Amino acid sequence: MAKHKTPLLDQLESGPWPSFVSDIKQEVAHRYANPKGVDFQIPAECPDDLLGVLELSYVEGETHWKHGGIVGVFGYGGGVIGRYCDQPEKFPGVAHFHTVRLNQPSGMYYKTDFLRQLCDLWELRGSGLTNMHGATGDIVLLGTSTPQLEEIFWEVTHNMNNDLGGSGSNLRTPACCLGESRCEYACYDSQEMCFNLTNEYQDELHRPAFPYKFKFKFDGCSLGCVAAIARSDMSFIGTWRDEIRVDQKTVAAYVGGEIAPNAGAYAGRDWGKFDIQKEVVERCPSQCIRYEGGKLEINNKECVRCMHCICVMPRALKIGNDRGCSILVGAKAPILDGPQMGSLAIPFIKVDDDYAGVKEFIEATWDWWMEEGKNRERIGETLKRLGFAKLLEVTGTKADPRHVKEPRHNPYIFWKEEEVEGGWQREISDYRSRHQK
Amino acid sequence: MAFISSGYNPAKPMEGRITDIGPRHFTDFLPPVLAKNKGAWDYHEIIEPGMLLHVGLSGDKVYTVRCGGARLMSVTHIREICDIADKYCGGHLRFTTRNNIEFMVPTLEEAKALKADLNGRKFAGGSNKFPVGGTGAGVTNIVHTQGWIHCHTPATDASGTVKATMDVVFEEFQNMRLPAPVRISMACCLNMCGAVHCSDIAILGIHRKPPIIDHESVDNICEVPLAVAACPTGAIRPTKIEFQGKQVNTVAVKNERCMFCGNCYTMCPAMPLADKTGDGVAIMVGGKISNRMTTPKFSKVVVPFIPNEPPRWPKMTKVIKKILDTYAADARKYERLGDWANRIGWERFFEKCDLEFSAHLIDDFRDPAYYTWRQTTQFKF
Ligand code: HEM
Ligand code: HEM
Ligand code: HEM
Ligand code: HEM
Ligand code: SF4
Ligand code: SF4
Ligand code: SF4
Ligand code: SF4
Repeated sequence: MAKHKTPLLDQLESGPWPSFVSDIKQEVAHRYANPKGVDFQIPAECPDDLLGVLELSYVEGETHWKHGGIVGVFGYGGGVIGRYCDQPEKFPGVAHFHTVRLNQPSGMYYKTDFLRQLCDLWELRGSGLTNMHGATGDIVLLGTSTPQLEEIFWEVTHNMNNDLGGSGSNLRTPACCLGESRCEYACYDSQEMCFNLTNEYQDELHRPAFPYKFKFKFDGCSLGCVAAIARSDMSFIGTWRDEIRVDQKTVAAYVGGEIAPNAGAYAGRDWGKFDIQKEVVERCPSQCIRYEGGKLEINNKECVRCMHCICVMPRALKIGNDRGCSILVGAKAPILDGPQMGSLAIPFIKVDDDYAGVKEFIEATWDWWMEEGKNRERIGETLKRLGFAKLLEVTGTKADPRHVKEPRHNPYIFWKEEEVEGGWQREISDYRSRHQK
Repeated sequence: MAFISSGYNPAKPMEGRITDIGPRHFTDFLPPVLAKNKGAWDYHEIIEPGMLLHVGLSGDKVYTVRCGGARLMSVTHIREICDIADKYCGGHLRFTTRNNIEFMVPTLEEAKALKADLNGRKFAGGSNKFPVGGTGAGVTNIVHTQGWIHCHTPATDASGTVKATMDVVFEEFQNMRLPAPVRISMACCLNMCGAVHCSDIAILGIHRKPPIIDHESVDNICEVPLAVAACPTGAIRPTKIEFQGKQVNTVAVKNERCMFCGNCYTMCPAMPLADKTGDGVAIMVGGKISNRMTTPKFSKVVVPFIPNEPPRWPKMTKVIKKILDTYAADARKYERLGDWANRIGWERFFEKCDLEFSAHLIDDFRDPAYYTWRQTTQFKF
């Protein structure tokens, strides 16, 4: 039977949305019943005490967790978040409650045999509670003790053929959208690129050597299902540079009402008859679509590839064939100078099989940031401090109007000596030969 | 309990050690129909809320049933998910970025049977285990952080605020009748692990009291220089004071410089921040990630503080519901919440949503603040 009364948490069991309280309670019951006779390496009462300490926070309005200091597995600088309870006598089951981050597979597809293995492991060596998934994308295993860490690592690497994720001042676990595996909008294989770069940069992921954290995220198109543009220091966002493919017959079917627009995404309300002029032509941000005489024309040269027209008529309009990705740099949450989105550094790069061009850009960027970045400075902040043009310089990228929303507002240009004809070395006598004192 | 060894030998940590292997390759897990049609999908269709059809150029079809869930999941719950995937999907499933679960089946009949099965499963406490929905122009699951479940700096709980909010907006999870998708996010302190800074609606935990200094312990349990360096605004300095008749090394905080971020507490457990009345949530709105029609946007703070009211945060959910309903009634088709507010003007937004404007909502933090002030004579009365 549950050890603690939880009248406040109990109120979160009603209502339609899945209740995490009910779920923890079912784990409490399961651990006490222990039908398979598991020799729990973490106290059976762990989930029970988690409810207890959470109830206390609900009463007091304050957290009961202490920062865990440095815990981890040998040779890795991240992947485990240390955590201790500040009321260990009342809640011994969660006195130690470290989390382990496991690197999720690209697109978060699983087979049940893998998940069942994970469940068995976490029942034996952990609290039996997880996050599927944490905000970075990792599988988060919530709550274990220090002696279990090496054992968990051993089992994960030996039996499940999987590795830990990242935490600390290193490359954080990269994440991607499901991309080509199930989405017709995908402009490159976001899953494969995520997997490839994760493996290429294992050292950067496990052994912190950066000024601060660094995140990669991979979105197959500009709709941004993993929020790359807002949540990663380097975002790879799929795009194309030729033409949206138009199937006029299918356009006519949309206009004629034979196919529901928006793939049915707005079907819950009566928005009236589909009006291609109002809903597509007039909503195109670059005003580059014409619909006349039953024919849809796109001036592709002016298209900014926002995806709107394609989303409205996905069966008639398709992404272009000459595909690749844009690379943006520097997104971060507001700490400290305010939030930043990624700024466009590489408007277009082909995604080739060995990712050579991409890797060259990444490594040049890291070399510069590791040299110039201050301790705990995200690359977006380094860019603000030293200037965006510096990134272009160190990565050998030619400046282009696509790099800016608009040109600079001030003329304080830091000319370099080699850019000015004749250099900066001048003779005052020469000047004086033309100007008196 | 007897210690069970995995095979790891602490005396020889390098023996048989496997490292740097990364995640499993995703093709180990892809359902066969997805592996076959990878990169060759023709189109998709949302057949009804929570049910997607994807059609390959090959003509192959796959039906996806998407359901919500709490990201905090027990292994018992995951095993139930596995049972469902084994029964209907040949043992395959996936999770979405926003903590939804997706089951894929070959036919519409199977999808319908699966949907009915999922919708029928309830927790003992009465809530749905696997409510189907989360597609199209509606509210999908909330991405969030740890809160009182696991973190040391939260100003509020994450799982509880999310559950309370999703209960209140649940109808929009199972319908597609909003003017555009609405993405809600939650982070429990302003470090924003969850990066809520680009969401249509964001719940953000905030502290309002500077750290309390435990002078007795600072020198014993903290590295003073690290605590000083941790403060982003330079509010902390080392100092010596007389404490219980002894000179002790400790720190002093310039309170008016504190932005209540909790970084000091991360470095120094002798500087706790949490406080029942000081802590609560702020509401931000109008951010977006997608480039569709308009460019991505940051969220803006529209309610500076709402007190914590566990277990159900009624004031907070009331504000969120009001904003959502006002948007739903007033915005044009395809208009995201922030685009709507920009079109009608923020002065109208506050009026229509019954929200009070105050000086706290005018940015005064460093350079970016200026760009949010109004440099025009165009405004509405
Ligand atoms: C290093 C900075 C600057 C220098 C050296 C400078 C110098 C000057 C000088 C010498 C003039 C007078 C030109 C003349 O009538 O003979 C002038 C005019 C003016 N400056 Fe600047 N200025 C600077 C920055 C600014 C800034 C930052 C602003 C405004 C934001 C500004 C606004 C003006 C205006 C409005 C005039 C009058 C223009 C007119 O009469 O049509 N200046 N400036
Ligand atoms: C060492 C620096 C500067 C010197 C020696 C200087 C000198 C002068 C001189 C000689 C004039 C013309 C007065 C006249 O004959 O009408 C002038 C005008 C002006 N200066 Fe400066 N100036 C300096 C810096 C600045 C700066 C930094 C600003 C603005 C930020 C500025 C703003 C102006 C403006 C706006 C005028 C024009 C007033 C007008 O004609 O409407 N000056 N300055
Ligand atoms: C009508 C336009 C849109 C269409 C047709 C569309 C299509 C899709 C599809 C098909 C998926 C699921 C991918 C899959 O599992 O097959 C998806 C997921 C997602 N979309 Fe969109 N999308 C649209 C607009 C947006 C917008 C405007 C945003 C956000 C700003 C967005 C953000 C997301 C996110 C975050 C996911 C992942 C959802 C999850 O993992 O739970 N989408 N979208
Ligand atoms: C100085 C600033 C920051 C500190 C001290 C900090 C601290 C932490 C801590 C202690 C955790 C672990 C929570 C737990 O599991 O108990 C965490 C998780 C996390 N942090 Fe941060 N963080 C900071 C800034 C950020 C920023 C700016 C971002 C994103 C842009 C971020 C992203 C994350 C993510 C994604 C997680 C995982 C959250 C989850 O899924 O539960 N953090 N952070
Ligand atoms: S980001 Fe684009 S390509 Fe990737 S899943 Fe989302 S809509 Fe598809
Ligand atoms: S993708 Fe966007 S910009 Fe390009 S034609 Fe379509 S609506 Fe216009
Ligand atoms: S947002 Fe803040 S309080 Fe919440 S988990 Fe992240 S660091 Fe902890
Ligand atoms: S809470 Fe943040 S701003 Fe305030 S003293 Fe601590 S580190 Fe500095």
